[in-house]
Amino acid sequence: MGAASTHYDYLLTALVMVPAVASLIVAFTPSAASRLVRAIGSATAVATLGLAIVVGILFRPGVAGFQMVVDYPWVSTFGISFHLGVDGISLFLVLLTAALFPIGLIWARERENVKGYVGWMLLLEAACMGSFLSLDLFLFFVSFELTLVPMYFIIGGWGFERRGYAAIKFFLYTFLGSSLFFVGMLAVVFLEAGHTGHVSFSLVALSRNAGALGGAGTWLFLAFTAAFAVKAPVFPFHTWSPDAYEQTPTGGVIILAAVMAKLGTYGMIRWDFELFPKASVYFVPLMLTLAVIGILYGGIVACRQRDLKRLIAYSSLSHMGFIVLGLFALTAQGTTGGVIQMLNHGLYTAALFLLIGFIYQRWGTWRLTELRGLQAVAPWLAGAFTVAMMASIGLPGLNGFVGEFLILLGTFVSHRWWAVAATAGTILAALYFLWAFQQAFHHRPGGVVAQPAGAAEGPPPRRGRARDLTVGERAIMIPLLLVMAFLGVYPQPVLARITPSVDALIHHVEKGSHYVEPAVSRGRASAVGATGEGQPR
Amino acid sequence: MLLYATAAIVLLPLGGFFALLVGGRRLGNPRAGWLGTGSVALSFVATAIVFGALYARPPSHRLFVQTLFSWLPVGGLHVSVAFRADPLSLVMALFVTGVSSVIHLYSIGYMEHDEQFHKFFVYFNLFVFSMLVLVLSENFVLTFLGWEGVGACSYWLIAFWFVRDSAASAGKKAFVYNRIGDFGFVVAMFFLFNATGTLTYTGVFSAARAGHIAGTTATAACLLLFMGAVGKSAQIPLYPWLLDAMEGPTPVSALIHAATMVTAGVYLMTRISPLLALSPVSSTIVAVFGVVTAFAAAAAACAQQDIKKVLAFSTVSQLGYMFFAVGSHAYTAAIFLMVTHAFYKALLFLGAGSVIHGLHDEQDLKKMGGLARYMPITAVTFFVAWFAIAGVAPFSGFWSKGDVLTTAFPQGHIMWALGEFTVALTAYYIGREFYLCFYGEERWRRLAALATASPGHGIGIEGAGEGYEPHESRPVMTVPLIALAVASFFGGFINLPIRPDWDFLSHWLAPVVGPYSYHFPLGLSWAVGLPVMDGAVALIGVAVVTALWWRRWDRPALEPMFLQRGWHLDDLYDFLVGRPGYRAAGFAADRFDPLVIDGGVNGSAGLIRRAATRVRTVQTGYVRNYALGIAIGAVAIMAWVLSRVGV
Repeated sequence: MGAASTHYDYLLTALVMVPAVASLIVAFTPSAASRLVRAIGSATAVATLGLAIVVGILFRPGVAGFQMVVDYPWVSTFGISFHLGVDGISLFLVLLTAALFPIGLIWARERENVKGYVGWMLLLEAACMGSFLSLDLFLFFVSFELTLVPMYFIIGGWGFERRGYAAIKFFLYTFLGSSLFFVGMLAVVFLEAGHTGHVSFSLVALSRNAGALGGAGTWLFLAFTAAFAVKAPVFPFHTWSPDAYEQTPTGGVIILAAVMAKLGTYGMIRWDFELFPKASVYFVPLMLTLAVIGILYGGIVACRQRDLKRLIAYSSLSHMGFIVLGLFALTAQGTTGGVIQMLNHGLYTAALFLLIGFIYQRWGTWRLTELRGLQAVAPWLAGAFTVAMMASIGLPGLNGFVGEFLILLGTFVSHRWWAVAATAGTILAALYFLWAFQQAFHHRPGGVVAQPAGAAEGPPPRRGRARDLTVGERAIMIPLLLVMAFLGVYPQPVLARITPSVDALIHHVEKGSHYVEPAVSRGRASAVGATGEGQPR
Repeated sequence: MLLYATAAIVLLPLGGFFALLVGGRRLGNPRAGWLGTGSVALSFVATAIVFGALYARPPSHRLFVQTLFSWLPVGGLHVSVAFRADPLSLVMALFVTGVSSVIHLYSIGYMEHDEQFHKFFVYFNLFVFSMLVLVLSENFVLTFLGWEGVGACSYWLIAFWFVRDSAASAGKKAFVYNRIGDFGFVVAMFFLFNATGTLTYTGVFSAARAGHIAGTTATAACLLLFMGAVGKSAQIPLYPWLLDAMEGPTPVSALIHAATMVTAGVYLMTRISPLLALSPVSSTIVAVFGVVTAFAAAAAACAQQDIKKVLAFSTVSQLGYMFFAVGSHAYTAAIFLMVTHAFYKALLFLGAGSVIHGLHDEQDLKKMGGLARYMPITAVTFFVAWFAIAGVAPFSGFWSKGDVLTTAFPQGHIMWALGEFTVALTAYYIGREFYLCFYGEERWRRLAALATASPGHGIGIEGAGEGYEPHESRPVMTVPLIALAVASFFGGFINLPIRPDWDFLSHWLAPVVGPYSYHFPLGLSWAVGLPVMDGAVALIGVAVVTALWWRRWDRPALEPMFLQRGWHLDDLYDFLVGRPGYRAAGFAADRFDPLVIDGGVNGSAGLIRRAATRVRTVQTGYVRNYALGIAIGAVAIMAWVLSRVGV
């Protein structure tokens, strides 16, 4: 797990610093210069995407450890450093983050108080990048918590009618989880310091001495996981999410559902597995059970939502359950599937929320009782929604299937009956999505859709009489959908980068516990052991 | 080298799909249709070339695998996009592309007035692509891609006229029922991977032959895959979706819901014959489900009013025969019946489509009658299809259904008797449809007059005004009818059991299914007597229906409600699953989640509610106070930790 490369180390620093500095610049720009602010926001987001793509290109596949590592001392007394690195597990989350912020800043931008919106969004991007790249527990904690503040203000400032309620609920839930995380973090560091004799927040050092925690690891795992479970969300810590998803403006909800939810599952794989291998294995049954309950329960509740955004909130509960299931399956297929599904879920959820945003701009509602027959008036919109929905349902050939299949297969190998129960969740996904699609898109145009443009309540449609997707809107939807199709057909480049890191991680968990990965998931050939280490112990 | 054209079979319709997706609207009507038809026809040519190349090899070497790229390589899992040309997959590909070409051609005429003309062919080409992936894939996962792909296309095409609520609901129902079956397919794959470490057909089957798969695992995998097949091929208890699927345009019913997609389940069960050989109990279950479905659906077909619903139940029934054959280890007979069924059932649907088209979208048999005078080609070809499906010698159904029944006879006399009785029912229900449609009183005249008298009241035939007269369809529609009629008549000749070198299909499929098929030697008297009996039973059915329905159109005693409602299966599901499930989900969504979970996790829901009413104070003090409280708590715990550690 050592640093594999120190070349290009400025790249990761830039990924965090460029949006951070830009948000500072925005803070000192006069509010009246909203066009300038918007230009700064768009340019920064695009530049960050460019940097992330460069990172993706320079990333060397087949390497398990961290690449492009940066390590500057920060608070040396406490062993805290500005320590960044990217591996197969974080690479695609970084790319996802970099790809979705331009959407939030350009295609789903806000009209009012532009300065505030752009400033908070850029700070949020820096915090998300910091969370995914950080190799220092303190830096991770700071970044992880820092995501909370901008999102709180985005919900509260640009949200819909019940934004106040949603924002405070979001804040309290996540903050409650975070406070446990904070205590847990300090406990881990000082317990290990008591063992080694010097304080360090470094992931590598903490991970190496994971055995020193002993029985305390069990409790600390729970403290960490509480914060991650709220963020994901995992059943039963999900009830903030339907309200928050519903009330958050489009640009914010794309980030909230597609990127910030992954902070939770990423935290589990990066910090739980590394720091508490023994407790992670001990709690596998609990986590799998919560995941499966989330999958089924989220699906059932989604069936009765009358509101597209809340429906996707519950569908996300179900899909995040799949991710947790895969991660804690602790097999090559399951855990890799969980990691790639974080990317997949981010992509199709972002697409769905963006499309719902487009619907809202035109008809001022996302309630299924008011929308009727959209496909007749907006075939492009309907087509794009169909593809994103099918990806979410897990239709093979689109990206959702790749993750779901690997997760379920990998879980079956290690924990058969959880996998069988979770597979039933794929039926529910078809049920609620197709039902919702029929409500909103099929039938003759009715409800607000049948009214002349502009008659709807809410913000007036700003594109005059355009009801279907405009050229600009197609320009963002088509690449998103193409990426989904590409990842569904040819996920190999992604898998080739994820698998080495996941294998190393599972190996780490095996070393720190009594767990042995089933031979079948590693394949007969590697069970014999190419490196001599793969043999069952 | 010609075998490398295998990938082209699949890629041609895919190319057609992309071309139509991007430029279909610009190509317009009818050129988009010709592009779609052309790409499928080329795929047929490619299949024929590969077929010839494979035929040139000695029988034991008739297997060619073309790997394109690695799809899901993770750890011990290696799933590639790889195609397999072997006798079974090529028979499937040949009839799929052949029938698809004909039905594509027909659709150019049938869909001529539709506003979404090009979109129809987008879906249609995507369907053919998915179906070919399904049959040509070299592993379970890629087959599953095709399997779900055809399901999605089916959803889009059933709901093609989505402004009709019934069509939209039917599409959704088809997808969800299929998903229930697919649950079985997916879990079966997990079982097989867990047992063998691979999901390629070659790998799993060689493990099966080598005895590496335990009997219980084989049974689990077989029955779970059969669950998938039951969903896809609309068998008991998952058949209701196929009835509703008739909401789609008629060419869709002909191609997807009769000739090709619904036979995928039979293909899958034939493909896994090496696994079924390890699990006799699974074979028996398949056979029982098959023959019971064959009978039950045929009985329901006798009482339908809708021209397409008769055919839908008929398809369910014929698929039941195919599963009966699979369960009896008569794989060749199953494929033989599948191919001939594709011809005559496609013909029946296209004939029905021609009638519907000629009558301006009327589907009620009770409003038809006497159409033979106005639509002679449709009537004659429909007649050929009737005798073919009934099993009158020497039409194709006689040979193929006879093959199923003869092979099944030694393995279970009761099941055989049920199958034999269903032969008579088959001759009866299609005959009833034939007479109601083409002979007797011209009932549409009265209704056309009614529609003229009170327009816009939905009485009688919509859009039928003064001087209304049904018309024969254009050549683009009748040529496919004639082609399929010829195939329905001669189709049986691919597997004549008369001389050993005349049963081509058996020899051709022998390398794939030969070792797993049962051959009970029958004495000459049985070998001749059983087919004679099949033919006689079919003729009895024809005689009975002629006596009952010739120039008659109303016999309520012969159309009992429980058969009209398809044995009340839909009502049963609604009562058992639909309504309670809806209520339970409602409870979870409206009571349990907001009150119990939300309230419980918060510790005090009231706190949040009060907070919500005081948004303004929240901004200023509330969060800060809360954060302060937590910070104090954190410091206290920290102090405790530090005191324990002693740093």
